[in-house]
Amino acid sequence: MRLGIMTTHFAALVVLASLVLTGCQSFHREPDNSLYLQLGERAGIADVVEDLLYLIVDDTRISHQFKGINVAQFHRHLTDQLCELSGGPCEYAGREMRESHAAMGITNTQFNALVENLILAMEENDVPTAAQNRLIKKLLPMYPDIRHL
Amino acid sequence: MTRFSSKRGAVIFTPLLAMGVLAIPLASADIGSRLWATGGVTTIEGSAGGGLVPWALLGSYASDEEWGGTVAISRAEVDDYTLAVIGASLNWNNRVEVTFARQTLDLSSLKQDELNQDIFGVKVRLMGDALYSPWGQWSAGVQHKRQQDFTVPEAIGARDNGGTDVYFAGSKLFFAAMFGRNLLVNATVRGTRANQGGLLGFGGDLNNNYEFMAEAGAGVFINRQWLLGAEYRQKPDNLGLAPEDDWWDLFIAWVPDRRLAVTAAFVNLGDVATLKDQQGVYLSLQGSF
Ligand code: HEM
Repeated sequence: MRLGIMTTHFAALVVLASLVLTGCQSFHREPDNSLYLQLGERAGIADVVEDLLYLIVDDTRISHQFKGINVAQFHRHLTDQLCELSGGPCEYAGREMRESHAAMGITNTQFNALVENLILAMEENDVPTAAQNRLIKKLLPMYPDIRHL
Repeated sequence: MTRFSSKRGAVIFTPLLAMGVLAIPLASADIGSRLWATGGVTTIEGSAGGGLVPWALLGSYASDEEWGGTVAISRAEVDDYTLAVIGASLNWNNRVEVTFARQTLDLSSLKQDELNQDIFGVKVRLMGDALYSPWGQWSAGVQHKRQQDFTVPEAIGARDNGGTDVYFAGSKLFFAAMFGRNLLVNATVRGTRANQGGLLGFGGDLNNNYEFMAEAGAGVFINRQWLLGAEYRQKPDNLGLAPEDDWWDLFIAWVPDRRLAVTAAFVNLGDVATLKDQQGVYLSLQGSF
């Protein structure tokens, strides 16, 4: 009798667990693209990157680093990178971060300046605070590569 | 603020004003590059942190190629006392922070004059970056304290009118940690002999040695201008005549711009110099350059 109750409970637990697990699985099968949507999809991200470029040009802390770059390519590559990172249907075709930022000697000051400009560009495009924070969180792992630490 | 118009206030403020004047040419140059509100605010002991606890963050917005500094005035009004603090700091390359603070505790409710203390501080960032390093930022510091009015502390059993606190602190900003909001977490260990932070002198009849105290703070950035949080500071209990409690506070900081930070808090200082359960409000204004 006692065993019977326990088996029933156990069975119920197994059913519940499998429901929860499959529920989670089907939820995760689709990549989470909520951040991508909050950023306004690829077009919204492209606008942010464009505003970021204007801010960089005006920022004497970092503008010298960007002298003579291929602006169209930089714009396309950064847009694709942020699109892909945020769960969007893009594929980043540029170089690895360590390679593309080689020989620049990027300092903490310059990194801060770029993040500041990115935040300002997102604000100009009405990206909600939570989405701004989530995007920056995804960029953090690149910090040692970009600074060549 | 009436106290600041007193003669002593004038003596205190003259060097600050001079600093302010000196700061003008600096202020017109670019302010530091660290992100908004990531310099913390000025604690009651002058070091960068929250209100009561020094954090691993260094004051001002100076990043690794920059100089920066802050000036601050603060005031805590609890049931029977008023603590007024002025402080100033310099930061070189986000590596070394040098601070000065003068505290004035009004004792009129004990039918005494006031207690003054000067605090000279140095904090060094040992490693890491609170924002970008996965393991956070770690700093060590000293606060050398000189109690200027020793009659009352001595009468209740304090041994020395000067002392040096040493501390080790870690801070980490977790991006998008709570509902997409950034979370700042700090933990500090302090070695100290100070009674009520040193205002009641150092050492006493119950204990005269250095002891380790745990301190902590955490805050959530509602957005990049508003930080909401709490702090806790464990305290020694060296004086038999004046039992001492741990401190805690709930704070809200508003940083409209890198140049200005306004902090308001509810503080609970517990029993202070024989008077029970001291609670009240704390207000602090900080300018950065
Ligand atoms: C989170 C921070 C950063 C991200 C996500 C990022 C991302 C990128 C990407 C995707 C590219 C294109 C690479 C390619 O076309 O192959 C790029 C190129 C570049 N980045 Fe960054 N970057 C960051 C920080 C910085 C900083 C702080 C600086 C300098 C101040 C900088 C300077 C450059 C320059 C000058 C290029 C052009 C290189 C070239 O085309 O030769 N980046 N970055």
